[in-house]
Amino acid sequence: MRRYFTRKIITYVVAFFLATTIDWAIPRIMPGNPVQLYLSKFSITTEAQYAALQKLISASFGVNVPVWKQYLDFWDGVLHWNFGLSFYATEPVTHVVFQAIPYTLALLIPAITLSYILGNRIGAMAARRKWLDNTVLPVGYLFQAAPYAWLALAMAYYFAARLHWFPVDQGYNPGLLPGWNWTFIGSLLEHWFLPFLTVFLVSFGGWAIGMRNLVIYELETDYARYLRSLGASQRLVRKYAYRNAVLPQLSGLALSLGVVVGGNIVTEVVFQYPGLGHLIFLAISDEDYFLLQGIFMFIIVGVLLANFIIDIVYVLVDPRTRLSMQGAAA
Amino acid sequence: MSVNTGPPSTPEDFAGGTSPGPTGSPVLARSVGAGGAELAAMAPSAGADGFGGGRRWEFLHFALRNPKLMIGLCVELIFVAVALFGPLLAPYSPTYHGTPGLHPSAQHLFGTTYPFGTDVFSQVLYGVRDSYVVGVLGALFAGAVGLVVGFAAGYRGGVLDEILQLFTNVMICIPQLVLLIVISAYLTTRGVLFEGIFIGVTGWPWVARAVRAQTFTLRERDFVDLARLSGRRAVSIVVKDIAPNMASYIFLVFVLLFASSMLVAVNFDFLGLGPTNGLSLGDIMNQSTLWSALDLHMWWWFIPPGAALTLMVLALYIANVGLDEVFNPKLRQT
Repeated sequence: MRRYFTRKIITYVVAFFLATTIDWAIPRIMPGNPVQLYLSKFSITTEAQYAALQKLISASFGVNVPVWKQYLDFWDGVLHWNFGLSFYATEPVTHVVFQAIPYTLALLIPAITLSYILGNRIGAMAARRKWLDNTVLPVGYLFQAAPYAWLALAMAYYFAARLHWFPVDQGYNPGLLPGWNWTFIGSLLEHWFLPFLTVFLVSFGGWAIGMRNLVIYELETDYARYLRSLGASQRLVRKYAYRNAVLPQLSGLALSLGVVVGGNIVTEVVFQYPGLGHLIFLAISDEDYFLLQGIFMFIIVGVLLANFIIDIVYVLVDPRTRLSMQGAAA
Repeated sequence: MSVNTGPPSTPEDFAGGTSPGPTGSPVLARSVGAGGAELAAMAPSAGADGFGGGRRWEFLHFALRNPKLMIGLCVELIFVAVALFGPLLAPYSPTYHGTPGLHPSAQHLFGTTYPFGTDVFSQVLYGVRDSYVVGVLGALFAGAVGLVVGFAAGYRGGVLDEILQLFTNVMICIPQLVLLIVISAYLTTRGVLFEGIFIGVTGWPWVARAVRAQTFTLRERDFVDLARLSGRRAVSIVVKDIAPNMASYIFLVFVLLFASSMLVAVNFDFLGLGPTNGLSLGDIMNQSTLWSALDLHMWWWFIPPGAALTLMVLALYIANVGLDEVFNPKLRQT
């Protein structure tokens, strides 16, 4: 148990370290020079202006000091949640990111948990009902094969542009003042539903298929056969099969986080939903590198935290890890 | 699970064999579980020659009679033909400028774009090729890195295993698309080759994890011990004794990597980070968004390219399920 968590925490610390280093190093390794790019945004006429501006921008970017100092400065910024100013919003990056985070979480948390719970349930049911199996399987594969961008576009076109059931832009009706009243909350929900549904559907198909396969596999194992030969009810056998199948699904959940986060970015872009994904898109098109660096770190921290939560749930669900906690051995 | 390997105190290893594919998709779940079952059934008698001899004909026999594999393969081959000959068949050049904003018609099967009036059908025919190229490159690189890391960790064990596992788990924690975005946002010119390679070198971790788990089950087998006793080098044992016994599994991994690389690429291209020297299916969707096709109700601009990619990936998934049944005798009856 302690060994389990020590390993996990070491992994996350190394991941954080590596991610921070990548985030720092990439703008410096890549051929494009952010300072030059920013310089090109000004209309410069004379050599002296150029030199002065270059000096100013280099200083404000913190690239006028030795490389090792730049690296330490970057860590200092990361540890204080200070990523500089966003060029696009002319506000501190942290500010801009914090405004976007609630929207992204409002999409991701329900989409991930609901698709996981419902997908597992439906998948387990599909393993024993032929008609359900014949619908869940093809539909599940279809949603899995559909790129997030396309599914989102198709939904936005059909349900919003065509049928006008839902709006497709921003997080709420811009004519409304944010507040705790039903009109505003209703507007939030209206704008939230389609992006949520997109992210939900893609993951849902995956979980349903995975669970179906795992339950079928578990029902073929020796312990299931033994239980059946003892005369245990189908219900009981299936219950045990389900419990065993949940474990690989749970580690699959940790593996899938990266994909869901990526898909969420694309979905937000399609619906112009004001979360981190949309912000990334703006940062790319406006060449706002500080914003991009900041968002990257926030996403990494979010994914690492989510991984850690899944690790804890795993211990709660898997009796084997719990046993090794009670026995002194592990 | 038949593939539970390694020290049972780390839950990761319980699940090691059943890690889902990179799409967050437990598509591979059964393959892996089944892969283990297959290994158990096959290795003692077939020895190092699991994929050759009479078995090959047996596989072919079942392959030809498997509807999933055949349907998936046929659809995929149609798209491969499009990728190879599409540019020859395309009625217009992808940069042709005609009447903008036309609805689909006999002249323009998928209509034209706005405001430049390029033919969407021709663009899709060209786009399939670039999407495939990226998919193949991504699969090759991710597969190569994943196999090397997985074999090394699983066969060597010990400190090397610990280090490689740590590295693999660290890479799993970093979302691939986000990493790709950060890498390429700084580039002003991006090639198809570059895109494929980068998708490959960021997409390998789940392969390494799965291959490691499989190698673990095999390295304790008698025939591997025997090979080791005969004094052969580790690389030769891995290549000649271990890899052939999981050949079918490795094949399935490549199929899934191919599909997932194309999926990553299309989302990536959609964000406008696609190759600047080509035109992929994701690029077409990106352009449609940039010129607000959604608000103009020009569905023919973004639905066909996405539908083509969905079919390309779906066919691979279905063929994969079929292949799994062909390789694994246990799944054939059901």
